Amino acid sequence: MKSQYDILIIGGGPAGAIAAKTAKEKGLEVGLVEKRPAIGAPVRCAEGIGKKLLADFIRPDERWIAAEIERATIIAPDGTTMELAHEMAGSEVGYILDRKVFDRELIWQAADAGAEIFVKTRAIAPILEEGKVIGAKIEAGGDVTEVKADVVIAADGVESKFGKWCGIDTTVPMREMETCAQYVLADINVPQNVTQFYLGNETAPEGYVWVFPKGKRAANVGIGISGKKSGPGHRAIDYLNSFVRKHFPEGKPIELIVGGVSVCKPLECTVSDNLMFIGDAARVSDPLTGGGIYNALYTGKLAVDVASKAIANGDTGKKALMEYDRGWRSSALGKALERNHKIKEIFITLSDEKLNSIVRSISKINMKEFDTFTLIKELIRVNPKLSLELGALWASIR
Amino acid sequence: MLKVYREICGYCGCCVAVCPEGALELIDAYLSVGQECTQCGVCAKVCPLGALEVTNEVAV
Ligand SMILES: Cc1cc2nc3c(=O)[nH]c(=O)nc-3n(C[C@H](O)[C@H](O)[C@H](O)COP(=O)(O)OP(=O)(O)OC[C@H]3O[C@@H](n4cnc5c(N)ncnc54)[C@H](O)[C@@H]3O)c2cc1C
Ligand code: SF4
Ligand code: SF4
Repeated sequence: MKSQYDILIIGGGPAGAIAAKTAKEKGLEVGLVEKRPAIGAPVRCAEGIGKKLLADFIRPDERWIAAEIERATIIAPDGTTMELAHEMAGSEVGYILDRKVFDRELIWQAADAGAEIFVKTRAIAPILEEGKVIGAKIEAGGDVTEVKADVVIAADGVESKFGKWCGIDTTVPMREMETCAQYVLADINVPQNVTQFYLGNETAPEGYVWVFPKGKRAANVGIGISGKKSGPGHRAIDYLNSFVRKHFPEGKPIELIVGGVSVCKPLECTVSDNLMFIGDAARVSDPLTGGGIYNALYTGKLAVDVASKAIANGDTGKKALMEYDRGWRSSALGKALERNHKIKEIFITLSDEKLNSIVRSISKINMKEFDTFTLIKELIRVNPKLSLELGALWASIR
Repeated sequence: MLKVYREICGYCGCCVAVCPEGALELIDAYLSVGQECTQCGVCAKVCPLGALEVTNEVAV
């Protein structure tokens, strides 16, 4: 490991990996540290992503695509279903990834581009000079070394602590932490090419259950509930077990996955002097869907685009790096995060009766753009009463 | 003190993100609890598996 890089990246998930690759493409010296011994494992994800979104960053490869998705079904508490299909039948919508392979591929590409990657190597503290970050203390095999960098990028995921060590409060409020459990269930009958979302305050309070097919007779079956609703005897794992007993009694769990997704607003500011936050560390996972892979890739690449310019200009202070913060906030992603946070705040207040009536109101939606915005617009169109009830929301998204 | 039931913990880091004191740290499969812990119990509430408990025991 060198004692000085242009960019030092903390964390080897999708955000860190794409940032490292981008940095190398810009001709920068970059080092990436990942505290786990293996990139991509254990998995903390349901592995769903939109095809179009992913295409911006990587060419699809069957080695890390577990299933292709054409439509989605939402199941109300009373069992009523609503189908979301693409307007153009047959046009494909999304993938279920195999993230163990996907995350490795991303880091592999970064390494091939020339980025230095260090596994089982952990950032344990920032190096500060007059209150500004100028590097990090890195621990590997029991030895601690000081590594300096023009820009340090915190890509340390939901469990991010680097910001805290720099005096920035990144705590996720308990009520906005979705606590999750998931099985990879084998030997089950599960519809192909369709993702299923179960709603209901009994099934998944302030969250949902997902069934994402993975190959012919397997699926990721998981749940996220609000931290507020979690407690002894009614934790994510308890809800998951009762769902599986009811819907897939024959299923054989071949993997147990647990994790947390932040559904709060993004960090108030995602840069500081010589410091940037990307991916889950910036709290940019989607507050409504919990999806964060694309968001990690998007912010990871944009951060380095901005950092490389700042480094070339010899000024990596907060003001210069703010272009990144403004950039993602004004992008389609930033707008979706803002909107979906508002929608989520309303979604969590809906009673089962309300959820039933919304789902009952429309059995099939043909969407041109497969996103929550289109979905909500369509729901409000057929439920004019909703627009009265959800007046503020409607005003904010129309 | 905050007790970690290691046989239950799935080392996911969910608790780390909600701790207001930054007292928790996950290294591979080992969750450590730092001196900063105020035993507020937030982490124990959100844990998806129930691997944390605030007990009356005194840390030794
Ligand atoms: C149950 C669950 C289901 C999900 N389902 C989906 C889904 O279907 N679709 C979707 O798009 N998203 C989903 N997500 C979210 C998605 O997994 C994350 O948004 C995504 O992994 C974020 O990538 P990242 O690179 O920011 O962080 P991560 O992938 O978490 O990577 C951060 C890395 O930093 C490392 N690290 C942390 N601290 C240090 C340190 N001090 N030193 C060195 N390394 C460190 C960690 O070990 C980790 O490898 C889900 C999440 C969960 C928990
Ligand atoms: S939230 Fe629970 S399972 Fe996850 S790391 Fe913390 S104690 Fe372990
Ligand atoms: S009890 Fe509170 S202070 Fe202690 S580790 Fe848990 S969340 Fe942090």
